[in-house]
Amino acid sequence: MQNNASQTAVQSANGEAHDAHNPALLHHFAEPQQQRDAASLGMWVFLATEVMFFGGLFCAYLIYRRWYFGDFAAASTSINMWLGATNTAVLICSSLTVVLAVWAAQTSRRTLLIGSLVLTMLLGLVFLGIKGVEYKQKFDEHHVPGASFSFDNEEIPGHPGQYANPAHAQIFFALYFVMTGLHALHMIIGLGIFAWLLVAAWKGRFTPEYHTPVEIGGLYWHFVDIVWIYLFPLLYLIDRHP
Amino acid sequence: MNMATAIAQPVERENYLNKEYGVWSWLLTTDHKRIALLYLGSITFFFFIGGFFALLIRLELLTPAGDLVQADTYNKLFSMHGIVMVFFFLVPSIPAVLGNFLVPMMIGAKDLAFPRINLLSWYLYIIGGGMMVHCMLTGGVDTGWTFYAPFSTNFSNTKVVEAGLAVFVAGFSSILTGLNFVVTIHRMRAPGMTWSRLPLFIWAHYATSIIQLLGTPVLAITLTLVVAERALHLGIFDPKLGGDPVLFQHLFWFYSHPAVYIMILPAMGVVTEIIACFSRKRIFGYSFVAFSSIAIAVFGFLVWAHHMFVAGTSVYAALVFSSLSYAVAVPSAIKVFNWTATLYKGSIHYDAPMLYAFGFLGLFTIGGLTGLFLAALGIDVHVTDTYFVVAHFHYIMVGGAVMGYLGGMHFWWPKISGRLYPEGWARLAALIVFIGFNLTFFPQFLLGYMGMPRRYYDYSHMPEFQVLNVLSTAGATVLGVGYLLPMVYFLWSMRYGKPAPYNPWNAAGLEWQTTSPPTTFNFDEEPVVTWEAYNYEELDAPQKEVPVAK
Repeated sequence: MQNNASQTAVQSANGEAHDAHNPALLHHFAEPQQQRDAASLGMWVFLATEVMFFGGLFCAYLIYRRWYFGDFAAASTSINMWLGATNTAVLICSSLTVVLAVWAAQTSRRTLLIGSLVLTMLLGLVFLGIKGVEYKQKFDEHHVPGASFSFDNEEIPGHPGQYANPAHAQIFFALYFVMTGLHALHMIIGLGIFAWLLVAAWKGRFTPEYHTPVEIGGLYWHFVDIVWIYLFPLLYLIDRHP
Repeated sequence: MNMATAIAQPVERENYLNKEYGVWSWLLTTDHKRIALLYLGSITFFFFIGGFFALLIRLELLTPAGDLVQADTYNKLFSMHGIVMVFFFLVPSIPAVLGNFLVPMMIGAKDLAFPRINLLSWYLYIIGGGMMVHCMLTGGVDTGWTFYAPFSTNFSNTKVVEAGLAVFVAGFSSILTGLNFVVTIHRMRAPGMTWSRLPLFIWAHYATSIIQLLGTPVLAITLTLVVAERALHLGIFDPKLGGDPVLFQHLFWFYSHPAVYIMILPAMGVVTEIIACFSRKRIFGYSFVAFSSIAIAVFGFLVWAHHMFVAGTSVYAALVFSSLSYAVAVPSAIKVFNWTATLYKGSIHYDAPMLYAFGFLGLFTIGGLTGLFLAALGIDVHVTDTYFVVAHFHYIMVGGAVMGYLGGMHFWWPKISGRLYPEGWARLAALIVFIGFNLTFFPQFLLGYMGMPRRYYDYSHMPEFQVLNVLSTAGATVLGVGYLLPMVYFLWSMRYGKPAPYNPWNAAGLEWQTTSPPTTFNFDEEPVVTWEAYNYEELDAPQKEVPVAK
């Protein structure tokens, strides 16, 4: 301990004193504001890379959807739209709880913060559960690409007597599984981040001065939600008619 | 250089190298300078692996018959040469070593914005590199570094999945480096270090980071699709199932063309610093050089389909991509002309870093101009997949990027190691590299134009190509010696070299105002910048007081 104290003294002499009220300030930042700005910019830049990561998939999707529209529409109809719609609602609600968590951290409402984080994670788990049900249905229907894939005698919506080409429908399902699978992976990572936030919040580490992790964790969560907002209509709502 | 101004170094002053000892003080370090050295060791390892493959390729081509290795082995050799050199040496080379070391120091920061993410990026590189080594030891991969579908997805019987995943992981290391640089340059500049006072090395790294951030994720998703396609036969790239292999090429080159600028832009940054210092002049047209880096990054994203002129690209698309490819020549030429204008009436010193910079100028110009040949539709169709292409991109990547890297290593070695390298040997090595390089690759321009295809291990039906191939192999041997020499004398100088003063070149730039080697937090006091970059006129004016960090 004595050693520690003398070290602090040396650091103060070098103008590197840790902010007395803020043990979270890292040594290489001059002030908390700089650290906050850096973290937040870092997350935004990271999200830009994520846009490009999903962008490649959206590009592939758009090309094949244009080439094989009828097959894509037929394949899309076989997915349970109501499960997707429920999941959309679940994720939008989770965005609300994330915003609440950030607000609670800013205004030092510890109970609300912990409650919002728990609720966010619960909603995330509900989403993954519903996703699992959906995957199970696809698996039972032999709609998972691979050796046992089959999509025979499926009519193209709006074109009675015309049947979808199974190979082209398989491309739809391949994209469906890769896109929703990568999205689910991001959800799982998000749950990990929020579990960490929950532990930190439980220990009372967040204050109105220091709550950057909640903020940038929330940014990440919102981004994953937004990806779903695009995935839902693109995958579930191709050429649906009442 | 004038050594009279050298300040005698007190013995055993605490610095980032002697602050802590032991394996864990390195493996768990978050000091950007130590991480730079970790990268230096690991990319040097991969450089010599890739070089070993290159040597085997050149030996096979010594004679027209395929007599040294089997055809399959040859395919693996050039594939792994490309993968190792591009993804495990060139992409990380200057940014992860020199950039890591210098970006915080040049802007007056104590470290990068995210030191732990910086360490994570090295670990990702090591994991990816380890996977690649494992892949090479257990059979290797034969798709070429381009992983073209449907060969990679349906037909190749080699370790495509493992190589693809190795590149995927290494790609994340590259993304994290870029992310750290962008945030650091935005948020960590010292007081007074405005954007227009930044060294152009920083501008070059900023542009590079943008490409790393926006390009690499596309490569990641492309390789994910290749791996998924190979494992599950999804059909996305398989024409039999309605998929489109050309889509693979679009996605692949969307990253891999800008990746060329990931390799060359940092070298341009290095060369800019060296030319200003050894001409003793402010760089001519500072803002043009700065913004040409950004322009190259932006245009670089709009030219990818010029790799696909013979892949069924429509005439109109080819026309557009050809014109856009010409547009990249404009910012590149702006740089070359501004460097030349900086040299004009400069008081030029021919130290080893400057020799590499001169080498870069000439070789990059040849590489760039032959790039225009290839951007022209008619000539491109004629020389596609010939040695002309091979020679062109080696002039950019080896003649450009590696020359810049070596020049930078010599220029900043006194700062990195605290020791001076032997100048005579270094000049000799620079000369050997230059001669060896040209002897290796200039004959390949001729071979390609005469019609020798790339990736052939046997050219016995065209024995007239042997003379030029022998020249090329001889050149590769010379080049190999030129690359071994610096490694030997750098290692030698770490123990026996003369201690380096703070600023052996009397160079501008914050990194020269701290000790050699620097302390862990780089500066004893936070610097306040009150002068423009490259203030060599002030530095060399004897009556004026030299501005120092406050």
